[in-house]
Amino acid sequence: MGKELMKGSEVVGASAILAGCNYFFGYPITPQNEIPEFMARELPLNNGVFVQAESETAAINMVYGAASSGRRVMTSSSSPGIALKQEGISYCAGAQLPCVIVSVSRAGPGLGGILTSQADYNQATRGGGNGDYNVPVYAPADLQELSELVQHAFYVADKYRNPVMVLIDGTLAQMMEPVELIKITYPEIDHMQWSVTGRKDRKNNHIISSIYLVADELEQHNHWLSKKYEQIVNLEEKAEIYQCEDAEIVVVAYGTSSRIARTSIDNLREKGVRVGMIRPISLWPFPFSAFENLPCCKYCLSVELSMGQMVSDVILASKFKYPVTHFGRVGGNMFTNSELESEILTRMSEVATND
Amino acid sequence: MARGVLIIDRNRCKGCELCISVCPVKILSLDYENANIKGYQPMKILSPEKCIGCCNCAVICPDQVIEIMKGDTNHG
Amino acid sequence: MTDFLFQKTNGLTDKQTHYCPGCTHGIIHRLVAEVLEDLNVVEETIAIASVGCSVLSYEYFNTDSIQASHGRAPAVATGIKRVFPNQIVFTYQGDGDLASIGLAEIIAAAGRGENITVIFVNNAIYGMTGGQMAPTSLVGQKTSTSPLGRNPLLAGMPLKMCEIMSQIPSVEYVSRVSTHSPLAIRQAKVAIKKAFENQRANRGFSFVEILSSCNIGWGLPPVEALKWIESRMISYYPLGVYKDGKDLE
Repeated sequence: MGKELMKGSEVVGASAILAGCNYFFGYPITPQNEIPEFMARELPLNNGVFVQAESETAAINMVYGAASSGRRVMTSSSSPGIALKQEGISYCAGAQLPCVIVSVSRAGPGLGGILTSQADYNQATRGGGNGDYNVPVYAPADLQELSELVQHAFYVADKYRNPVMVLIDGTLAQMMEPVELIKITYPEIDHMQWSVTGRKDRKNNHIISSIYLVADELEQHNHWLSKKYEQIVNLEEKAEIYQCEDAEIVVVAYGTSSRIARTSIDNLREKGVRVGMIRPISLWPFPFSAFENLPCCKYCLSVELSMGQMVSDVILASKFKYPVTHFGRVGGNMFTNSELESEILTRMSEVATND
Repeated sequence: MARGVLIIDRNRCKGCELCISVCPVKILSLDYENANIKGYQPMKILSPEKCIGCCNCAVICPDQVIEIMKGDTNHG
Repeated sequence: MTDFLFQKTNGLTDKQTHYCPGCTHGIIHRLVAEVLEDLNVVEETIAIASVGCSVLSYEYFNTDSIQASHGRAPAVATGIKRVFPNQIVFTYQGDGDLASIGLAEIIAAAGRGENITVIFVNNAIYGMTGGQMAPTSLVGQKTSTSPLGRNPLLAGMPLKMCEIMSQIPSVEYVSRVSTHSPLAIRQAKVAIKKAFENQRANRGFSFVEILSSCNIGWGLPPVEALKWIESRMISYYPLGVYKDGKDLE
């Protein structure tokens, strides 16, 4: 097929269709409007269904209904809209419905602003829905990876019968890059054992529900879900480790931040600074194992476009062996390479002084 | 002769008395002597021979307690 | 020829309901199930249960079912109906679910003219949570959150959903029926049947409001509660067909 110059939002839509997603339910919110627009244009050409819902709440509940069929279903939104979807995400997790939610984060809290941000790390990885549940979250750093992770998200959702989120920021959604859309082949997963289709020749009715009024039954259900999450933690961690073998300072950054960080690391490496990067690709499960082999690390810098939401995960990963602090900008602003490089150099001199 | 023959699933009954209130020939009552498995005093039929087969009782029953078979249609 | 004048429907499971004695939910369940059986669509039907007293209705309808979150049944119905346009999809919602928390979803599904059937059970109160004021509680009606009776100056007048729904252009059919007598129940079945026939014929969104009792919530014996529907509710919520056919340009 070859490379095409595409916008991030279009890559989301095209990759979902490539993954066999025929159903999309969404609601307009900036900066992700090009995703529903793309789906409205493209899905009907493939006998698919696009519905513009009356709200993000309705959209995720349409996803809940459509996902009950066992077919691949997606919705997308941005920060305040994802907040509205949390109820439905909790229901999908409780009822074990596979589906993909694309979150394009903008600056908050509240209405915030429409410029890029990574201030939805906690929203994505902790979720705002009720109950004991988790949602795998994938955070690509470029549009090629976005295409792969959208497809991967559908597979993981099917594999574990759980909602999966792809978290990008406004920048990735709006930027253009050359992308080669390649369909990734995954094992087929059959949902006939549970999907709601109309009973037809089956003896038993299929019921999609998250209600368990008997305490012991709900406890059993919670344990079952928990076992799935444990499996996800064990099998689905993803991270890129960049120049960490001898790194004294390790930058931890994902998405757009990691792109800037990579350039800064390359710049500093040219000057002989021993700096590297861990780039979490799965934010939940957080790639703790990537931190297990950092022989020279003396300092960790969590670089993100938030006030430091990922810091707590990095501290856990550090096992308190080295200090962890935050660097970044918020409100829709981006840090520059020179800002990040001077931060890294400052921390480096602290580390040297302490030695 | 009865035009309808009630088949009563007494253990489903919750004793709400709606059937009793709509029987035009007033032949239904609660069974005050014997509770059913749920502990309710269920409905019962006092004079089966008087049933006119109107099905009002079954139509208003919220709990699928009553089914009605055809009785004798030549008389009454 | 059958030997039965009245027989249980296979549209319901054998499961005994959790409803209070005399609650008309059981009647409405049966009517819906009988219609599904009459139309021979039990095995191609997907029921959407809502939140409220009928939250467990999926245990009683002998169909595939999806349990929706509070008020969102029409959105869930939209999702599955768009995947299976040839299956019969209906929501079964109470007045708290449909006329309060789920207003946006019901109006929007109607606005899109979704080809679904909505069974709206109006018993003028929140039954499941213990008898709080509903958007449909009558003026003066005492509930646990309107202990002095619903005051229209504070809570406004009760919402008339059939009248609202019938104003929406893409809606095909709107009817209000009742469960207060055997005759009313037989008429209710006619409306419910029409609403499902419409869906089968792809005519679009059909809405049946069924006046229902909540004897426990109203503090009345079951038989008195049916009289209350007749004497109090019907005058404010007149029965009849409010709409039969879309308004198309």
